[in-house]
Amino acid sequence: MLKDITLGQYFPGESVIHKADPRVKIILTFLLMIAIFIIDTYMGFLIMALFTALIVIVSDVPVKYTLKGLKPVLFIAVFAAVINIFFVREGTPLFDYGFIHITYEGLDRTVKTTIRLTLLIVVASILTLTTTPILLTDGIEKLMKPLSIVGVPAHEIAMMMTIALRFIPTLLEETDKIMKAQAARGADFDTGNIVQRAKSFIPVLVPLFVSAFRRADELATAMEARCYRGGEGRTRMRQLTLTVSDLYLCVAAALVIGFIVYLQYFI
Amino acid sequence: MSIVIENLSHIYMKGSPFEKVALNDINLRIGEEEFVAIIGPTGSGKSTLVQHFNGLLKPTQGRIIVNDIEVTGSNLKELRRQVGIVFQYPEHQLFEETVYKDIAFGLHKQGLDTKEIDKRIRKTIKMVGLNEDILEKSPFELSGGQKRRVAIAGVLVMNPKILVLDEPTAGLDPKGRDEIFSFILQLYKEMHMTIILVSHSMEDVARLAKRVIVMYKGKIAMDGYPGEVFSKAEQLESMGLSAPQISYLMRKLKKIIPEINENIFTISEAKKEIMKYL
Repeated sequence: MLKDITLGQYFPGESVIHKADPRVKIILTFLLMIAIFIIDTYMGFLIMALFTALIVIVSDVPVKYTLKGLKPVLFIAVFAAVINIFFVREGTPLFDYGFIHITYEGLDRTVKTTIRLTLLIVVASILTLTTTPILLTDGIEKLMKPLSIVGVPAHEIAMMMTIALRFIPTLLEETDKIMKAQAARGADFDTGNIVQRAKSFIPVLVPLFVSAFRRADELATAMEARCYRGGEGRTRMRQLTLTVSDLYLCVAAALVIGFIVYLQYFI
Repeated sequence: MSIVIENLSHIYMKGSPFEKVALNDINLRIGEEEFVAIIGPTGSGKSTLVQHFNGLLKPTQGRIIVNDIEVTGSNLKELRRQVGIVFQYPEHQLFEETVYKDIAFGLHKQGLDTKEIDKRIRKTIKMVGLNEDILEKSPFELSGGQKRRVAIAGVLVMNPKILVLDEPTAGLDPKGRDEIFSFILQLYKEMHMTIILVSHSMEDVARLAKRVIVMYKGKIAMDGYPGEVFSKAEQLESMGLSAPQISYLMRKLKKIIPEINENIFTISEAKKEIMKYL
């Protein structure tokens, strides 16, 4: 049942992208996303798409997985198309019938929005597909470190994220077990109207909350027993270190982003 | 035949990189009124197997027929009425305000009238060895052993023909364990239920079961009388299991007293045998 849900969407692998430092990956993803928003020419999109495709190939993640997140994009694309077709009035008309005005500009905008969203999602998927959630939070903690000067509890936020992530599979397993136990007693989660279905989840939610609180309590005790006292002076088992391949990755991304900015503003 | 299993395989998360074969071509028959124990190391597929008995899991390949109902999904309600499964730590499934309401949960789902429900609950609570005055308490204020028995009562109240218990005594003290086993034996002898017990305790298995099935890496490694299975101690050890402790003592005694019967697997039998030579 619920076991089929994979945590985050990490796809195990040994590629350069997998091994890259999470900090580098987070920053580069962020920069690439900004670049995708800056681009407004088809030439720029082509370069960006080629670079994204290259990353997908290097990462060794099956294309099927990188495209998984695109389903909602289809809906947004159709939505954008409808809006643009009906409401973009000015520009060169291509087709005119009754209240439908398809203009060159409207079509242009629709296509660009769709490309932009597709690229955004693929780039973001690559990050989550090649980085374990734990490494991701490690990276975020390190990146937020400078903010602790202005009072942002970087370590605490990262610790909370780590604990939350750590317990997602546990709670899923627990939910699965409780659902099975109640189903064995005759509970039925799949039929009835929406109110009945919502109600049928009470026998799952109550035990789940009871066990979540029990686990939280046990975890807190266990952490205190091992002298956990927040982030001050705490070292890590896994030190994040930048390697030469991280440098290559940065240079490659910088070249592509630089070229796109050049195309956009100087030509 | 209560349960007929033919070429049953189960694969978790088929087609993903996390694919795992949990059951591999299982063939098994369990008759009516049997008391079967299923043993095996962690991850050997015991729990996956028993979850097929009432259709909580569907076969990836092969088929399973329980009391002439094929487990495919169309007749799940009847199937789940006939097969009761008590999971590990069943007290974690309690959710109602009172013990009474919690035990009644499954009966309400069956659409029985309140009188019949009341009758069955009072009968069942006695069966598991608890007093009626517990019925109006909150299940969360009971002791661990009491909670466990209330949770088992919630399954028993459905009058299943086949009762599956997955480690029913895990985490209980010896007294709580004996209480639970004594009413399980009673269910077997007086209510003529088919009992399937998943357990890690070889002592309990030797004492209670009439047939032992050993699972290893998703396959059935051994199947026979407790005496047959436990006499192959080396083979059990190679799978990370063991024979009951007492059988090791009997083997050592055999070296001193060659005429002693070493094929003894329960403490009470061992006591009788040893007394003969004192």
